[in-house]
Amino acid sequence: MRVVVDLSRCQGYAQCAFLAPEAFRMHGEEALMYDPNPDDAQRDRVLRAAAACPVQAILVDRLEARDVPVEASPS
Amino acid sequence: MTSADNLRAFKRDGRIVVVGASLAGLRAAEALRGEGFTGSLTMIGDEPSEPYDRPPLSKQVLTGWVPADGTLLPRRRDIDAEWLLGVPAGGLDMRANQVRLADGREVPFDRVLIATGVRARPWFVESEADLDGVFVLRTREHAEGLQRALAAGPSRVLIIGAGFTGSEIASICRERGIAVTVAELAPAPLVGALGAMVGDVAADMQRAHGVDLRCGVKVTRLEGDAQGRFRRAHFDDGSAIDADVAVVALGGIRNTEWLRGSGLAAGVWGIACDTGCRALTLDGLITDDVFAAGDVARCPNPIYEYRLISLEHWANAVEQAEVAAHNMVSGQADRWPHLSLPVFWSIQFGVNIKTVGVPTFADEVVVTQGSVADRRFVAAYGYRGRVTAAVSFNNAKWLDHYRQLIETAAPFPPPFPAPDQPADMKPVPVDFPGPTLLAQGATVVVTGHDPGERRVTSAQQHR
Ligand SMILES: Cc1cc2nc3c(=O)[nH]c(=O)nc-3n(C[C@H](O)[C@H](O)[C@H](O)COP(=O)(O)OP(=O)(O)OC[C@H]3O[C@@H](n4cnc5c(N)ncnc54)[C@H](O)[C@@H]3O)c2cc1C
Ligand code: SF4
Repeated sequence: MRVVVDLSRCQGYAQCAFLAPEAFRMHGEEALMYDPNPDDAQRDRVLRAAAACPVQAILVDRLEARDVPVEASPS
Repeated sequence: MTSADNLRAFKRDGRIVVVGASLAGLRAAEALRGEGFTGSLTMIGDEPSEPYDRPPLSKQVLTGWVPADGTLLPRRRDIDAEWLLGVPAGGLDMRANQVRLADGREVPFDRVLIATGVRARPWFVESEADLDGVFVLRTREHAEGLQRALAAGPSRVLIIGAGFTGSEIASICRERGIAVTVAELAPAPLVGALGAMVGDVAADMQRAHGVDLRCGVKVTRLEGDAQGRFRRAHFDDGSAIDADVAVVALGGIRNTEWLRGSGLAAGVWGIACDTGCRALTLDGLITDDVFAAGDVARCPNPIYEYRLISLEHWANAVEQAEVAAHNMVSGQADRWPHLSLPVFWSIQFGVNIKTVGVPTFADEVVVTQGSVADRRFVAAYGYRGRVTAAVSFNNAKWLDHYRQLIETAAPFPPPFPAPDQPADMKPVPVDFPGPTLLAQGATVVVTGHDPGERRVTSAQQHR
């Protein structure tokens, strides 16, 4: 799947790194590094991370985004 | 037919051509469809592949984490376009409304968007640039070659130019345990973008990570061996170093040559536009059907005295693409101005560097929060007594606050936010090596948040 993070918006809250650690990693204190082409095995976790990002900085393909799991945001 | 009828007919079955099939081109195409444009859409791009993202090339790709062909951009919607890839546009005919391709084909349009970006500035001696082991970094092919060269375990890498790209590559070499020399003509890294004070911080950061940083020097010659492999570089102070890889990171050249003779105001600084991304002719007239967006566009910004500013920032490309797309299918009264402040990020040596505003539009700079020694701080830039930009090192959560100061033309030095105040807050001269942007003119403020309602009004000068 294809992913892009708008890092000008990203606030480094690290929710994504918590939910999908293979695809999103913190680099140093607050910089985010991510895999723009994560393995399909991580699909659900990546979609959950995208839905949970508080500033909606994570974009995935439209076809993927269609079935974002409902229980996406952690409370 | 009224103009509203015309617009409706154009949105239904007009022809739009986008030249430059990368970030700005793709985002514009998506926005056009999102605005309800159902006519024909043609994407012309000289790179063979579909649009991919460039920032990861100097970060995730060079570390070896992500393959160079793994940064294709996601699609936000189907754009149902005809793709003409692997062939550059060679000319624009504004009388016949046609784009001429380099292979002789002609593509007619009702409206065209130019998003041809920049390319890497090559080493100035061609035979030396062609040596095995000499790289630039702009495309994924470049990134793939350079990542392979780094993976081969070179004894030393020489980076020529300590701007953002050069500094990011230096950081990755250190992360991979590779010896690296950085040669920079200015007195410190990042000085051209952020000035001398922050440049000194960047220099300390590089040295602390084991970079052999040489400032105030010029590389004069790249020397190869009998097999045509790069081996050694010579400096203007008479010294030389041995290395197996050289990365030429001397910035970009705007892809405007193909517009020569078109009548557009296009040149080395980009294509002059209005804030609505409509291109200007050489006479300074606004065109109706020609738009530009992204790294190749040069738009006025009222906050910076209506100067035409070209930026090589990811978010700027996305925003201009959306504004251009909207205006391409909107009537006069509904057009949007692109007035948002530039934002930029870079990741190097484990530090998240972010800027808001235009730091080069400044005469003074002051550290307003945090500690330079810890590389966790915010510095504000000011010009003639108002805040014009800010940079954060590992302190990005504050940038929205500074954005507000800039948009409201707040006085410089700014009223300090309470937390994290440094002991010494004296503004110092910003000290850019090149000509600073000094002039007098309007001070304005931007109001509104939706692109459709953002407006400029004039404000009082503080000094
Ligand atoms: C290594 C690297 C790291 C970066 N890191 C950051 C970062 O950390 N933060 C940030 O904000 N920005 C960063 N950027 C900048 C960001 O990638 C650009 O601002 C963005 O790519 C601009 O998009 P664009 O579509 O305007 O231009 P481009 O991406 O340059 O695309 C222009 C396209 O047009 C094509 N083209 C050129 N001439 C023709 C022609 N005549 N006919 C047809 N096609 C043509 C080009 O080949 C290219 O595919 C980085 C850039 C690079 C190269
Ligand atoms: S969750 Fe969003 S804001 Fe937080 S680090 Fe990830 S992308 Fe950035």
